[in-house]
Amino acid sequence: MSSTATPHPPRLYRATEHRLAAGVAAGLAEHLGISVLRVRVAFMVLLGLSGLGLLLYAAFWAVVPPRPGDTAVPPRRDVAQLLPFVAIGLGVLLLQVVAFDSVGAAGTAGWLVAIIAVGAGVIWHQSAPERRRQWGGSMAVPWLGAVVEESDRRAFVLRFIGGGVLVAVGIIGVAAVYSPAQNFDAVLNGIIFALVGLAGVGVVTGPVLWRTWNQLRSEREARIREQERAELAAMVHDQVLHTLALIQRNAADVKTVQRLARGQERSLRNWLYKPAASPTERFAAALEQAAAEVEDTFAITVETVVVGDRETDERVGALVAAAREALVNAARHAEVRTVSLYAEVEPEQVSAFIRDRGKGFDPDTVEDHRHGVRGSIIGRMKRHGGRAEIRSEPGEGTEVRLILPISGSGSTAERDR
Amino acid sequence: MVEQGPVEGAAPRDGRLRVFLVDDHAMFRAGVRAELGARVEVVGEASTVAEAVSRIAAMQPDVVLLDVHMPDGGGRAVLEAMRRTHPQVRFLALSVSDAAEDVIGLIRAGARGYVTKTISPEELTDAIRRVADGDAVFSPRLAGFVLDAFAARPDAPVADPELDQLTNREREVLRLLARGYAYKEIARELYISIKTVETHVSNVLRKLQMSNRYELSRWAADRRLV
Repeated sequence: MSSTATPHPPRLYRATEHRLAAGVAAGLAEHLGISVLRVRVAFMVLLGLSGLGLLLYAAFWAVVPPRPGDTAVPPRRDVAQLLPFVAIGLGVLLLQVVAFDSVGAAGTAGWLVAIIAVGAGVIWHQSAPERRRQWGGSMAVPWLGAVVEESDRRAFVLRFIGGGVLVAVGIIGVAAVYSPAQNFDAVLNGIIFALVGLAGVGVVTGPVLWRTWNQLRSEREARIREQERAELAAMVHDQVLHTLALIQRNAADVKTVQRLARGQERSLRNWLYKPAASPTERFAAALEQAAAEVEDTFAITVETVVVGDRETDERVGALVAAAREALVNAARHAEVRTVSLYAEVEPEQVSAFIRDRGKGFDPDTVEDHRHGVRGSIIGRMKRHGGRAEIRSEPGEGTEVRLILPISGSGSTAERDR
Repeated sequence: MVEQGPVEGAAPRDGRLRVFLVDDHAMFRAGVRAELGARVEVVGEASTVAEAVSRIAAMQPDVVLLDVHMPDGGGRAVLEAMRRTHPQVRFLALSVSDAAEDVIGLIRAGARGYVTKTISPEELTDAIRRVADGDAVFSPRLAGFVLDAFAARPDAPVADPELDQLTNREREVLRLLARGYAYKEIARELYISIKTVETHVSNVLRKLQMSNRYELSRWAADRRLV
């Protein structure tokens, strides 16, 4: 691999081309203006000194940023990239044989170190999702792709643990080979060695794992954002644009335009500000739904204010139904464009007030057969243990007051006392 | 602190109130100007916070109609920049949003009232006049938010009970406001004078501005508003 370095880069970056693992060596070579091979050899030699090279490499990886701008187009890579790790292992083995001229115990140890190196390499490669994806894309053999490609997190964890076990086995093996004494101390030493080795791997892979995690998280966030945007676009398309089209067609019909605009405003407001609550479960949501129905049916505005909230039950549902009837009456008879609906949930009672400033009527003159008031409002409230008052004077408007005492805090409903 | 009761000198000088518009939508400013033109004197407009701050200081209007959401900080930034240096200028929030945190946020920053953009021109003129006279403008919705804010924490630790709690009378007045009563109807209903109603409402507004931030943010958080 050659290094065609741009002359004197101002900062040290990790190279994204000509790299084996993370581009540390290539980046360093570029920065120092020397051959990348020399840097790699230096790392390999340092590796012999209790893994110093590995640690150094990891440290560089952690602190040196990749070259900005290059990350968008990472070079394609293939299985050959695994070779360096095999090479590292073989190199250490060769070093053992040549330098110490021993094939016995030390030779076995060399093999074990080689296993460690490969294990660490596997872990290392598992830890950079971007590279893994490229592998999956460039993989010619499907089953190999299945092994190397990141399909799901469980497979990733499994492979990671596999690599870790490989490393641990290697280290324990080294300890066992070097101290063949069959006593407790030796086993203890072996375990300590293994732990130290694992800690080392942890130090090496920690930053990588951290980065992986961040990448996954930001990917998920981006996906959620995209989803929300799509939802918003769909809502605007389905509702707002259609409403605007209808308004353009009905421009001459003021009532229709107002009704459409009001309905659209309400739905946008709910979408923007209100946590969705089910009208079958919550009092406020049920009341607002009733008000919305009346608004749409009679083309009036219902100014709804609800203070507090609670779960609905049969009695509260009756109050909502009575309030709806009162709203319908106001919309039908009062000849107004706006009706106020105020409801309040207190610990001992639920109340609702429906008020209009319309023409009003004399409550005493309401005939007995008029079910709207007597049956649907007063009678219904009475049946459920509440009461309804109607105050109205001709010319002064009407107010319907619905009061329902409740016991306890929640859904305990005493019926028909 | 904000000036409370009616202040002499803030009243209209030549019968026509001087009104300033702050809104980032030019179309909306033009619409309001056209609707209000005959009733009040619109002395200026601004579309950004910075522009608003400098021009309001120069114009000294009686009432500023203030939008809540603007790209560079919104009505709250204008209020925070102006209220100490120009206590005689009244602010009336005029917004398309009636979300609780917007309404209460603006009131706490020192706005004298809050109305939504669907208000009719007559009602808006009336609201401007009331704000200029030193009153507060409470929409039923705003009254509902205040009741909610003060009612939802009976056991909360209160630093100054006198300040942070609503009296029964104030609560009654707010309830009637929320039920859609006008000030004079409230006065008749409770057998008090209109002036007393206005005093109660002003006191509620002051308490809202002064009750501590922690409580309010908790209230908002409880309702998943923030």
